[in-house]
Formats: sequence, structure tokens, C-alpha cells
Amino acid sequence: MTNAQAPQAEQPKQKSDRRVLEVKNLKTYLYTRWGTTQAVDDISFYLNEGESLGIVGESGCGKSMTAVSLMRLPPRPAGRIIAGEIILDGTDILQLNEEEMRTFRGNKISMILQDPHASLNPVFTVGNQLMEAVTTHLKEKLNKPQVIDRAVDALRMVQVAAPERRMHDYPHQMSGGMKQRVVGAMAIASRPKVLIADEPTTALDVTIQAQYLRLLRRIQEETGVSIIFITHDFGVVAKMCDRAVVMYAGKIVEQGTTRQLFNNPAHPYTQALMASVPKMEEHVEKLYSIEGSPPTLYNLKPGCRFAARCPLVDDRCRTEYPPDYNGPDGHTAACWRLEGKWQPSLS
Amino acid sequence: MAVGTGIAIPVKRPSTFSPAGVWRIFRRYPVFPLFILLFVLVLPAIFADVIAPYDPLEGQLSTRLSPPFWMEGGSTANWLGTDKQGRDILTRIIYGARISLMISIAGIVIGGTIGTTLGLCAAYFGGWVDSIIMRVVDTFLSMPLILLALVVVAVFGPSFFTVIGVVASLLWVGYTRQVRGESLTIKSLDFVARARVAGASHTRIMFRHILPNVVNTIIVLATLEMGSVILLESTLSFLGAGIPRPNPSWGVMVADGRDHIIAAWWIAMFPGMAIMLVVLSANLMGDWLRDQLDPKLRQV
Amino acid sequence: MQRYLLIRFGQSLITLIGVSIIVFTLARMSGNPLDVLVPEESGPEVIEQISKLWGLDKPWHEQYIVFVTNAARGDFGNSIKWQGQKAMDLVLQRFPATLQLASLAMVVAVLLAVPIGVLSAYKKGSWMDYLGKTVALLGQSSPSFWIGIMLIWIFAVQLRLLPTSGRGEWQHMILPGVALGWFPVAAFMRLIRSSMLTALDSEYVKLARLKGVPEWKIIWKHALKNAAIPPITFFGILVARLLTGSVAIETVFAWPGVGLLALEAVNARDYQVVQAVVMIVSAIFIFMNLLVDLAYAYVDPRVRLG
Repeated sequence: MTNAQAPQAEQPKQKSDRRVLEVKNLKTYLYTRWGTTQAVDDISFYLNEGESLGIVGESGCGKSMTAVSLMRLPPRPAGRIIAGEIILDGTDILQLNEEEMRTFRGNKISMILQDPHASLNPVFTVGNQLMEAVTTHLKEKLNKPQVIDRAVDALRMVQVAAPERRMHDYPHQMSGGMKQRVVGAMAIASRPKVLIADEPTTALDVTIQAQYLRLLRRIQEETGVSIIFITHDFGVVAKMCDRAVVMYAGKIVEQGTTRQLFNNPAHPYTQALMASVPKMEEHVEKLYSIEGSPPTLYNLKPGCRFAARCPLVDDRCRTEYPPDYNGPDGHTAACWRLEGKWQPSLS
Repeated sequence: MAVGTGIAIPVKRPSTFSPAGVWRIFRRYPVFPLFILLFVLVLPAIFADVIAPYDPLEGQLSTRLSPPFWMEGGSTANWLGTDKQGRDILTRIIYGARISLMISIAGIVIGGTIGTTLGLCAAYFGGWVDSIIMRVVDTFLSMPLILLALVVVAVFGPSFFTVIGVVASLLWVGYTRQVRGESLTIKSLDFVARARVAGASHTRIMFRHILPNVVNTIIVLATLEMGSVILLESTLSFLGAGIPRPNPSWGVMVADGRDHIIAAWWIAMFPGMAIMLVVLSANLMGDWLRDQLDPKLRQV
Repeated sequence: MQRYLLIRFGQSLITLIGVSIIVFTLARMSGNPLDVLVPEESGPEVIEQISKLWGLDKPWHEQYIVFVTNAARGDFGNSIKWQGQKAMDLVLQRFPATLQLASLAMVVAVLLAVPIGVLSAYKKGSWMDYLGKTVALLGQSSPSFWIGIMLIWIFAVQLRLLPTSGRGEWQHMILPGVALGWFPVAAFMRLIRSSMLTALDSEYVKLARLKGVPEWKIIWKHALKNAAIPPITFFGILVARLLTGSVAIETVFAWPGVGLLALEAVNARDYQVVQAVVMIVSAIFIFMNLLVDLAYAYVDPRVRLG
């Protein structure tokens, strides 16, 4: 490890209450030929320094769109961030110009994509792509051996064996787990404040998944990076996250600590998701599954978006969208059932 | 990336007639290419005897090298002017459409039939049949075919049938490759195996079970190749190795005009434009059909 | 890699043999060579003598062996039209002119097609894209011989800027070069545009953006090296088209290259020269395809190492 980076890595960071990322009223819409999709609709959440936050939901609920919005890279040309604030380390990145934003990407905030087989460029060596990640955000000029040193360090950090040799490999010569580690190495090469992991283990073999999650945890302990896990898997949340945000059809329906969500889920959607997670301790005859599927493109109705699938639905659910209700210790949820039990939030 | 479904606000489609609506039709359907193919190629080819103002082979010596009607010395008697023998350019272009259409249809049908059959055989029988057919395909792909075509024409003499033969022998390769590739996947599907168990003959399986599934590809290829066939025919005719004089092939007409380019540019200009417009339209048409019927061909 | 090379080399050899069979057959079908070789009103013993001399009395497969062994030594016999010249020498004399024109067209094509193709993919739907698409369509639809004639009409006849035909000064090269380059520009651009669109849509480009790599580097490094693979495969076909497509262009501009030689030889029924041209151009063509495969392996590590 080079000296410039060593002090940071040696002392494990404590989790603090300092907010490294705060998202306020973010809206990202997709403008397609068939209409406008409110992929991310007015969501707010925050992330503390050194913390792990899960964003959970079924596929198509807007969690990936949230992730790319945080990088300010919604799919072009259809996607556009139309409102809100994303305050990263004290700066609202939605106010930056494109060039300023570029110096943030991979530097203060980076991301790991789902499919390691597709996300590395097939025609360049792993070393080449790592060195690019190292040099892109460097202010000072390094000579080649120094850059190679840093790239090798990054590989060592993600526990790649014989990193010097692996530098010369092409992606197709590596296994999926190894590729995903390389992607991880690139993501942390510039010591970002926030790391977004978009379903980082779904494309990996089951045996490798837990290994990769442990690796991310270790990296977090060493560097103090805050991690956002985008996942559909409550198992990952339980293992990795301090807090979690549950999304449904572009909206956040519930957020709280992992313990709160597991022990005391407030929103019927979260309750349903919890019921569909297999548990080791209990013997169940049949796993619960949620009837129906999330609302599709033309199913625009006022009212709660979960109404069509909700077992507790009533008339008001179908006509009016519920406000956020604040429960104990920062636990919030958006459901009419909580009226009278929790305090409605004012915003 | 997983695109959030979320909620959609449908865009209202304008139902009334508007410039935007017309533009959308133009973008969605190949209006221009259809128009050109119809009015420059197909209709003139069919009705040449009715609509052409003069005889394509007999000229009037009194009106030799007269320019198009808008130029000084030109008249509406010969809209696009006349050539050295006093033959009307417009008439010859109209009759030329007949040659282009017939050559391309005949060449594509013959080449397509041979190529498709060989492609089916290669895919269906596999093994040494496949190896031999594909080696022959590779040989054809790596030969200077225009040169060979010249040799063939020199051996058999330039004629209508030689040109069709040359065109067909150039085209079959593409069909064989494409049909073989697609049949390989279809061959492994359930219904083929079922037909085999039921005791269907090889020919029956190939032509009744596999062929209907590659028919889209064949149609798209045929349209896409129409343009190149017309280009090839006109090039051969231009070089004197295609349709023999005095037949009004567009390529022959450009060759005639080449010698008079200083004094009478129109002789070469208009037939060349006809070639370009028709080939352009055929290509656009092929692209459109491919997108409609067979998007996976996009890489071809 | 060595195995791959060996297989490709073997395939090329088989293809070359295939070409030689076709050329041999066509030449024999053109009529009995004795008609050309034997003086009129010769007695049967003279005919027999000449047949023996040329091996024409032997069965056809032995004749083919004789043809191939001679061809391998570069001996295609003497020209009939150009008396006293060896067919092979004629081709070699004309070759530089064709090569000069083809390489000019090629260089121009690459220099034009790469930037236009890349930018029209990057700015999909912009005026640049429409310009690119229009050029590509027109280029693929225009008969090159007609383009040549129109170029002569505009730049030589009307504007009197450039010579009409022949080979000599650099000015002589411009019009045939443009006419020949017209098609490759269009074809290359179309290919680069479509493969660039695929590359720009890929996950690795997305990841490069997420890494904060500047846009110019994403386009010209990450996307282009991937997008270059399909056009490289096409390169072989293109070289062939340039070498043979030059038949029409060389005719239009009276450019003394191999294409013009071939046409003259065909018109004079000079089969010795025709055989030489076809065999040599085919050999070059097959060799180019081999080179293209090597280049392909160089660009794509999955082929090289996989």
C-alpha cells in the first residue's frame, strides 16, 4: 500500500451521524414513445458516514433508476432527473455542470454493476482498466510504475491472488467472481465516500455470493466508505445493512433500521415481502407470495400504488396517496393504516 | 438496466390530419422507395409498350443528339433528349426498366432457390455434406467474382441468359450462409424431432417443416439483394459483358453516353440516375422489410 | 493461436485450389486451345506434335496438374494479344497502378468513414447522423462507373480543373480515387455506425461513465476499439471489391491497371492473361482475408487467447 493512502485505511472508521448523502424529493422520469414513466417519484432518504443502506423492492420498482440518478446518469435519451436535491458530502450534485459532475463520479461516489461479465471492457486488460480508474481522478502526475503500484494495491484490497500477474489478464480469462472483484477494485480505487452496489451478487454463483458480500464488508471496515445496496433480497439486507428503504412503483413506502423492518414492518408491502423470506428457525408449510405484479405502464390510478395487491385495502387507499407517518426512532412508512398510531410527516 | 415500470401517462395521439401525421407516415412506411420502385421500375417494365413514346431501337437521324426539353435546342418531342442514333432517351430508360426487373427477378429466384436448398441440406444433414457445401461457399466468397463473371461472359458470349447465370452464381452464397445458420437452430427444435419420429422423409422435413420458418429471412435477403443485382447487371453491361447492344440496358446506355460526355451529357446522366434511384429505393425497402420481418438480420 | 493459424492457412490453400479448378475449367470451356495454337491447314501429325508439346493429349486431370505446377512457378504461358510478352509479366507491370488507386481509395475511406460513423452514432438523430446516413445510402446505391463519368463531366469538362483520364501527375489520381472510394466510405461508415451504437449501449461503456472517464475517452477508446471488430472483418471483402471494382473505374478513366488489362484480355479472348489476372487477384484476395483474420485476432483478445 502506498503511503499516501495508508493512514486512511489503517484505522477503521466509526459509524457517525454525519450525513454523507441526502436525497430530497428526487424525481426521475422516463420519456418514451409510449408515454411518461414516473420511475422515481418524489423520494427522500439519507445515508450516514460509514453506514450501509439497503434499497429493496421487486424488479421494476425504481431502485436501479434511483441508483443511476445518484450518479446523475439516467438512461439516455429517455431518462431525466426533473426535480429534487442530491446532496453528496455537502454539494448538491444536481447543481453541478457536467464536467464537475464527472470529477465526482468514481471519485466521491462510485458504483458496481450487476453483471460482471458485461461490465468490463473485453478488449482491454484488467490492468489497463484499473489504471484508468486510478489516473482519471488524480490531480498529481504519477509515473507508470506508481500507477501500476496503485492498481495492484487496489486488486490486493479486493483479495485477488497474485495481483501483479492478473493485471495482464483480459476479462474473458477470469471467473465471474474475479471480475466482480476487479469491478469493486475500480470502484474503490479513488476512495469514494459512497459506493452503490446494484445487485452486486445476483449474477454470481451462490457459493461466491456470500464471499463477495464479506469482501464488501471488509472494505467498508477498512476504508469507512458508506455503501448503498440495491437488492431484491432481504437476506442481503439482513446480512449487510444498518438501515433499509423499501420501494414500490417508484415510491418509498417504508424506511427504518434493519431491525425495525424485520421485527416490526409497518407497511403491508414490507410485511408481505417479509412473509415471503424463508426463515431457518421456523418450519413453514408454504412460502407466502404476493398476488399480482407491480402496476404497469398504463395502470395510472390515484391513491396508493400498492392498493391493487394490498390485503388491507379500503376505499381511501384507492383514491388518495397516503402521507409518510413517522414512527419511533426514525422509522417511517406511507400507509393509511398508520393513521392515529403514528404522526403524519408535515412535508 | 432494469427500467422502472412505475406509472405511465399515455401520450394522446393526434387523430386529425396534420403535417406531423403525414411526417409520421413517411417515417413509419417506406413511401418514397415504394413510389420510386413502382413508377421508375415496375410500371414502366410492365407497360413499356404502352407508355413509351418511341421505339427503343430505332432512332430518327434528323433528331440526333438533341438535348433535354429545357435546354436550348431541346423540345418536348424528346423530354430527356436523344442519343447519337437519334433514339429517345426516355423511351430507352422505360424499356431498360424491363431488363433490370427481369434480370433481378430471374437471378434472385434462381440463385435464391439453389442457395436455400444447399443451405437447408448443409444444416439438415451436417457432417461431410455441410463441410463440402461450406468450403464451396468460402471459395466463392474469396474469388474476384466480377473478374470471373467477365471470363464467363467471354466464354459463353454476352446474352440475357449469361447475365442471369452470373447473377445467380453470385447470389446463392448469401442464401446458403443465412439459411444454414437459421436452420441449424430450427433443426434442434422439438417439432422437427417429432416429425422425424413420425417417419417424415428428409425432403419433407426440410421443405415442409424447416423452410417455412426461414421464409422471412429469404424474403428480406431477396429485397436487400435486388439493389446489388441491378448494380451488377448495369456494371457488366457497361463493361460490354452484360446485355448486348443495342438492347436498352441502363448500363449500356451509360456506356454509350461516356463517349459523348463532352457534347451530350444527358445520354449518360439520366440512365445513371435511374439506376441510382431504383437501387436506393430497393435498399431502403429492404432495410424496412428487415426491420419489420427479421430484426436479427440487422448485422448482415 | 498456432492451431488457429494452421487451420486458417489450410482453408486458404483449399480455397486457392478451388479457384484454380474453376479458372482451369472455364478456360477449357472457352474452346479447344489447339484452335489458337495450331496454324491453319496443318496436317494431323503437326496437330499431334503440338498437342504433345502442350500436354493436350493427356487426360484432363493431368492437364490440370500441369496447369497448377506451371501457375505455382508463375508461368501462365504467353500472351496472345500482347505478342512476345509473358502473361505473368503483363499482370506484374500493371499491378502498381491498381494498387496505387486502391490504396488511395482505402485511405480516404478510412479517414472519412471513421469520424463520420463514430459521430453519427454518438449524436444519433442529429444532423450529423442524417448526413452520415444519406452519404451511406447514396454511396451504396450509386453505380461507381456512372459516378466516375459524372465526375469527369463536372470537374474535367465543365470546370476544367482536372484531367479526364490516364495516369501521370497526381491530378490524374483524384477523380478515379474519389469514384473508387465512394462505395467503401459508405459501407465502412454504415458498419462503424451500427457497431458503435451497440458498443455505446453496452455495460462497459456505462461502467466507464460511472468511473468518471471523460466522454472523448469513452468514445475513442472504450467504444471504438470494440466497434472496430466488425468493420475489420469487412475489410477483406472491401479490398476485393476495390481490386475488382477497379475494372469499371479503370475503364472509365483509362487507368492502366490490372482491371483494364483484364477487360482488354477478355475482349481479345486472351485466356493466358485472363487466367493470370484471375489467379493472382484471387491469391491476393485470399491472402488479404488471412491477414484480416490475424488483425481480428489482434484486436479481439477473445479470439487470440480463447
